[in-house]
Amino acid sequence: MRISNLKNVAIVAAVLGTLAAMPAHAGKTLDGIKARGQVVCGVNTGLAGFGAADSNGKWTGLDVDICRAVAASTLGDAEKVKYVPLNAQQRFTALQSGEVDILSRNTTFTLTRDASLGLNATVTTYYDGQGFMVPVKSKIKSAKQLKGQTVCVQSGTTTEKNLTDYSKANGLNIKPVVFEKLEAAENAYFTGRCIAYTTDASGLASTRNKVAKVPADHIILPELISKEPLGPMVRRGDDEWFAIVKWTIYGLIEAEEYGITQANVDKLKTESKDPVATRILGTSEDTGKLLGLSKDWMANAIKATGNYGEIFERNVGPKSALGLPRGVNNQWNKGGLMYAYPVR
Amino acid sequence: MKPQIPPKKNNWSWRSQAFRGLIYQLVAMVVIAGVVWFLAHNTLVNMRVRGIQSGFDFLSQAAGFDIGESLYPFDSGESYWRAFLVGVTNTLRVAVLGIILATILGTLIGVGRFSRNALVRGLCLSYVEFFRNIPVLLQLLMWYVILTEVLPISSEAWAVGPFFLSKGGLNFPIPVWSTGQLWAAYGLLPGLLLGWAYRRWAVRRFEATGQPGSMVLLPALIVLLASVLGWALGGAPTEFNRPVKGDFAIENGGALTPEFLAVLMGLTLYTASFIAEVVRGGIASVARGQAEAASALGLNRNQEMRLVMLPQALRVIIPPLTNQYLNLTKNSSLAVAIGYPDVVSIANTALNQTGRAVECISLVMLVYLITSLGTSLLMNWYNSRAAIKER
Amino acid sequence: MQTNTFQPIPPRPAPVNTEGPVAWVKANLLADWKTSLATLVVGGLLLWLVPQVLNWAIVKAVWVPDYEACRVDGVGACWGVIAEKYRIIIFGRFPFEEQWRPLVATTLLTGLLVASCMRMFWRVWLPLLWIVVFAIFFVLMYGNTMGLSQVDTDRWGGLPLTILLASVSLVLSFPIALLVALGRRSSLPAIRSFCTIYVELIRGVPLISVLFMASFMFPLFMPPDVKIDVLLRVLVGITLFAAAYSAEVIRGGLQAVPKGQVEAAATLGLSYWQTQRKIVLPQALAMVVPGIMNNFISTFKDTSLVTIVSLYELTGAMSLALNSDANWRPFTIEGYIFIALIYFVFCFSMSRYSHWVEKQVNKSKLR
Repeated sequence: MRISNLKNVAIVAAVLGTLAAMPAHAGKTLDGIKARGQVVCGVNTGLAGFGAADSNGKWTGLDVDICRAVAASTLGDAEKVKYVPLNAQQRFTALQSGEVDILSRNTTFTLTRDASLGLNATVTTYYDGQGFMVPVKSKIKSAKQLKGQTVCVQSGTTTEKNLTDYSKANGLNIKPVVFEKLEAAENAYFTGRCIAYTTDASGLASTRNKVAKVPADHIILPELISKEPLGPMVRRGDDEWFAIVKWTIYGLIEAEEYGITQANVDKLKTESKDPVATRILGTSEDTGKLLGLSKDWMANAIKATGNYGEIFERNVGPKSALGLPRGVNNQWNKGGLMYAYPVR
Repeated sequence: MKPQIPPKKNNWSWRSQAFRGLIYQLVAMVVIAGVVWFLAHNTLVNMRVRGIQSGFDFLSQAAGFDIGESLYPFDSGESYWRAFLVGVTNTLRVAVLGIILATILGTLIGVGRFSRNALVRGLCLSYVEFFRNIPVLLQLLMWYVILTEVLPISSEAWAVGPFFLSKGGLNFPIPVWSTGQLWAAYGLLPGLLLGWAYRRWAVRRFEATGQPGSMVLLPALIVLLASVLGWALGGAPTEFNRPVKGDFAIENGGALTPEFLAVLMGLTLYTASFIAEVVRGGIASVARGQAEAASALGLNRNQEMRLVMLPQALRVIIPPLTNQYLNLTKNSSLAVAIGYPDVVSIANTALNQTGRAVECISLVMLVYLITSLGTSLLMNWYNSRAAIKER
Repeated sequence: MQTNTFQPIPPRPAPVNTEGPVAWVKANLLADWKTSLATLVVGGLLLWLVPQVLNWAIVKAVWVPDYEACRVDGVGACWGVIAEKYRIIIFGRFPFEEQWRPLVATTLLTGLLVASCMRMFWRVWLPLLWIVVFAIFFVLMYGNTMGLSQVDTDRWGGLPLTILLASVSLVLSFPIALLVALGRRSSLPAIRSFCTIYVELIRGVPLISVLFMASFMFPLFMPPDVKIDVLLRVLVGITLFAAAYSAEVIRGGLQAVPKGQVEAAATLGLSYWQTQRKIVLPQALAMVVPGIMNNFISTFKDTSLVTIVSLYELTGAMSLALNSDANWRPFTIEGYIFIALIYFVFCFSMSRYSHWVEKQVNKSKLR
């Protein structure tokens, strides 16, 4: 059976020409990553604060930092990542087909995506909600005033469905104008084709600050019409890789809870006597071995990107270009929803 | 003496062409079956390994999304297959209108290439060369950008009588449906029959005696009068649902969105340039002697084109014209790039929400195959009717 | 004797001048009242429109890459957007410092295409030259040898990608189309029906659904371990699509070869493949060159569709360049006009060339 499979593969590869298929080793994601020496990370094509590349090709953002942390914990080097920009239509098939190892692309966790697409949701890295943006000139102050209006939205996202549900529930009869590409939807809003633009509130902030000509000419309406827990997703059927990603993120969140930062991680690794810190950083217990990683897996990750709070501040926090408040994304003991499972 | 039929030789040798043919076909079928099996097997394995569900059962589930524009109302609670149906009607809407407009424009420009006036000739030539050499996707995008940039926002729309033109589209008054319109429809059917019967009589008379009665205008007039009669009998309602300027948008009335207008304009202008070339080739293929004979008989250029050149050119024009119609229908699938909800766009949304990539894409291909087949059959029937019966 | 004075007949009017510019104007613009009216209307329209367009596009246009200057009221087109963004538009997301590589590669490939059109290059070594130039192209673009850094195929974009897709699909689709066309006219029913199904299936669906299928469903068709490059998938999709259309054109040419030729070949004892190779195909292919050129022009234009599956060729690179930059976004129209010009130049030259080829081929028919 294996030999005939190999023969079929050879015939197909020969027929398809000189641009050889990228050789990839079988099955398990972690083996593939170790063989390749790189984590292939599916990211957004360009959403400031979450996943965007500048003109030199350097990627920054919250989702990008999660990928870097995973690469640091798996391979020891945060730069060993290949970023594959994916639009909303390709993202799931790219993950399903094995083109990317992890989809870190501000993706909402829903039942349908978990159950019917063959994917697994790992840990929520950003609790978001869907909102609307309108021009100040329109004098609209609440989403309920959008009766019978046109709203620009991107196709293939939870945004579309939530808009329909909200419109139906409130009897608004909203007319959606649906675009394949995010840029086309934004463009249509900014040229005035639609009176409002809807996406996750973090996306609205990002668009307003980076894309609008005069950010002050647009306001984000106060209503949040849905829950959008965003986080990275992996393929089903590979529990090992799922555990690695999940626990790396929990490690980052717990590091903030216990005060381990990018600046003091080296010092804490050698000098600290705190049992939690030594466990996370691998000096007292080797939790990395249980996951198939090295002892310094979490220390490498924190050194590369900082803890969750630092990642948040750098990319989307109040002092960054997006200026979003911590809000529900704060630690559980500070009134937010970030509750890391114990890394032990 | 009866001629001896030689005994039938058994042709199982490689020398026999029939035998070789059989072997080749067997090998080909085995190879094709093998490839198909290989692909299907891989697909099933992959789908099982990744836990992707398959099957067409999702079609009866609730769609959960709204569609921006449609010919008839669509609610998000209706099923997926009804959403697909809306997509198909949207595609047909832009395709049929596009075919009609492109044929008219293309024929005018194609005939214009033979005009006596050099300016008109040059204009038609530049039109054809300009629109043929730019990709259709680029043209669609440009029209959409132009429409959304140049037109004013809805609160400052350009108004001409009851028509409004703005970024929200073209708003026009539609008649309010009541019994009068129904009676007009009732009057239309006998009107059509009468008009067709009159035309048959007029054509017979022309062929027998040469008397040129009106063969197009009068039947059309009959149809029109019959519908007007029905409408008058039904109470002659004149109520229109007029669009009015609301707070942010134009409300009431019917509307053609800028997406629809951009797709229609882009497709029409692009395909018209190809149709113009086809018509030009067809007219050029008619022997010059025919044109000269027509002017010798005293026909003016209009009659010469209409009665002599075009009917003979139709033979050459129809097969490539069919091709252009098919191309227009298929090019309407590009509307997905500018936000017009045709069947590809709706399949895309369904694909993303249910994850059933294979099923959705095969549905789209099926829709286009059926449309192409239907158009080809229709044009083949017209072709056989327009064919000159040779001796 | 009568004296008859010679009465010369009055001179006839001089023949009307049918040559020269005045006569041309009279015949073409002022022949009768309808023509004159058309001249007035169309001429008036052009006189009103053309200066306005020229004013907007050239006289009042801004040529420097300064978006502030472009936003001043009353300026014309902002060609500064091209000066600012032309590198992303033409080369896509290729790394900035290495953009000399796609420049050299594209120039070589375009040169090869142009050279293959000229008679003096129709020698035995032309196919070899094609292979060499393609090899150089891939080495330059992909890198990873001879000290060049590796650039993955998802960063290839812009004009090099357009030309690559068009030329590779032309080269690969031609043999497939030939086989399919011959198969469609074959007397073996299995092969004939398979070829017919292939052609009718592919011609009945739009290219965009073939591309969707190629990019979404191809990975499902392959065994779980094999990963196919995105560019390769799209190439296969476009090649199969182009092959179906070319097969129809070649079939038309095959049908036009008189049946007597095949019968004479059979009389001479030639086998099927010998007949095709020596008698039928040379005659058929000479007739279909304009149709094949037409298909090539269509394929060249159809490469713009790969934007929808997120490969950033010329049209996609344009959107990429302007969408992320709010300062330059209002000038999308100028960007579109720029790439429309590029496409126009390529396609127009190809259609002129196809006219020339048609004339050459028909020279034997002129008496």
